Amino acid sequence: MDSKKPSRRKFLKSGAAVAGLAAVQSASGQTAAPEARPQKSLKDLIAYGERSHFVTSIRVPVVERPSPDAFGLTFHVLSPLQDSVGIITPSSLHFVGTHRGSIVPDIDPKEHRLMIHGMVDRPLEFSMEELKRFPSVSRVHFIECLGNHSKAEYKTVQETHGLTSCSEWTGVPLSLLLKEVGVQKGAAWVVSEGSEEVKGAGSIRLAKAMDDVLVAYGQNGEALRPQQGFPLRLVVPGFEGIYNTKWLRRIKVVDRYYMTYNDYGHISNDPKVAALTFRWGPKSVITFPSGGQQLPGPGFYQITGLAWSGGGAVRRVEVSTDGGQTWKDAELRGAIHPMAHIRFGMNWKWEGQECVLQSRCTDELGDVQPTRAQVAKFFNVAPDYYHTHGVQGSDNTIQPWRVAGDGSVHNAIA
Amino acid sequence: MRLPRLLLPVTILGLCQAGWAQSPTYGLGKTPSAEDIRAWDIAISPTGKELPPGSGTAKEGAQLYAQKCAACHGATGSGGKAPPLIRSKSASTTSGPCLAPCVREGNVMATHSPYATTIWDYINRGMPFLQEGTLKPNEVYALTAFLLYKNDVIHEDDVIDAQSLPQIKMPNADGYALPEWKHGMPRAFPNKP
Repeated sequence: MDSKKPSRRKFLKSGAAVAGLAAVQSASGQTAAPEARPQKSLKDLIAYGERSHFVTSIRVPVVERPSPDAFGLTFHVLSPLQDSVGIITPSSLHFVGTHRGSIVPDIDPKEHRLMIHGMVDRPLEFSMEELKRFPSVSRVHFIECLGNHSKAEYKTVQETHGLTSCSEWTGVPLSLLLKEVGVQKGAAWVVSEGSEEVKGAGSIRLAKAMDDVLVAYGQNGEALRPQQGFPLRLVVPGFEGIYNTKWLRRIKVVDRYYMTYNDYGHISNDPKVAALTFRWGPKSVITFPSGGQQLPGPGFYQITGLAWSGGGAVRRVEVSTDGGQTWKDAELRGAIHPMAHIRFGMNWKWEGQECVLQSRCTDELGDVQPTRAQVAKFFNVAPDYYHTHGVQGSDNTIQPWRVAGDGSVHNAIA
Repeated sequence: MRLPRLLLPVTILGLCQAGWAQSPTYGLGKTPSAEDIRAWDIAISPTGKELPPGSGTAKEGAQLYAQKCAACHGATGSGGKAPPLIRSKSASTTSGPCLAPCVREGNVMATHSPYATTIWDYINRGMPFLQEGTLKPNEVYALTAFLLYKNDVIHEDDVIDAQSLPQIKMPNADGYALPEWKHGMPRAFPNKP
């Protein structure tokens, strides 16, 4: 161990030498040296890295609810998809949805427990240390809030689609824990509950719980962020965000649907609507060029965006540059994970004419992302119904962006 | 190209376990005491089986409402900065997606919730704001009775307890749909290529 110290010192010294060289080069006029910045303490720079101060992408609150609200709280917070690259959302930019806005519990992981009980042979309670001793898995999944719906008055892709994010989640399969406690005959539903002030709780079918649900403590290579449920959360791949219970402390195996705190606001009396909630359908959106952005002039661009589906893996993404008259296959640029964001792209030469760009996702089940007109037809409402109403169920409709002749980009929902 | 699902080792383990007659594989965790379970067991089934002993009436609830709820929800149960709790007769009953908790004038919980137990559950865990979890069972019964009475679901002198609460015939009792879910089930939307 000690033998490493000198070489480390040598490295730091040589680093200083390189910096000195750069300064000399600058003085000789060959290289423009970066402007000197006030340095953080060495301890700060070593302990936890920061992004460049030139990178300013930030989250913002949802549009339709004033922030802070009547109780001084910030409600749901939108992820800046317009600046996203690749498929992973940085944990610090992951969207946030909570029952009571900005109230986030401050939980000591040493004190935290997960209890599993109800219709099981052996009720058990686990500490965080014990949970981390179980065989773990890491999987890439999106989480998207049911509130993620586009409207004509929203200007940017952050406003229209910012309540979805994608992370690599690490944890224990819920199925493994349920086998450990021994699920009894007749069990059909699972209630999961958080430890925040309202003990937010929701119900999922046992079939889903045994399929691919994770009891996650890790996000993107580190512990969950407090806004994402530190120290423990449920990840229910492909389902509405609200079922991904944060600050998870209890799982109860039961024989029927409970309709508890989180469930209540998400029920629908229309079976056609209800059938389009719970899990997300195929969805995609172009993040560049998107609303509020500006093309500097005609020339080459890549049209790029994100696609995902609660039904499994994305099979195909098509892009139209003529308002939906013709479609071309986009490239899927990167590994495809089931129930995760995938980055798509298409090379494009803009000639400077006005045009409407849109993307369409098909998933492994053959489900195709619909237009708003198709959804209106399905629900037997007038095409202009969505001027004043949100799309029924979870909104996975095609998002059009209009590129004007001056290169400005606008939401083209009619 | 789909990445291999990491479920496989777990599935194999599960198959082995089946032959082991219900014994745990890892031996981790502790058995919670009956008291530990009771203290956390606050999700209420529509059958009411988790409801604690206690009771309340609308009259008792009226006083509690004035003390603990009216400041946010309004003295008359609407018009406050928090969602309305008592239906105003003229309000529309428009339904459609809205962010949870989804409450509108004319669509208050006492008339919209298919189960009276859901109201009890909601008040018990979620109210009052910043004092969640402080209400005693009798107080939750009384407040539930008050809201049900003010929305014309029960009579003013009905006594609400663990037995009577799940029996209340709610106006929207059949008013929700619960879709099936199976792995690999396509979406119920007729949009195939």
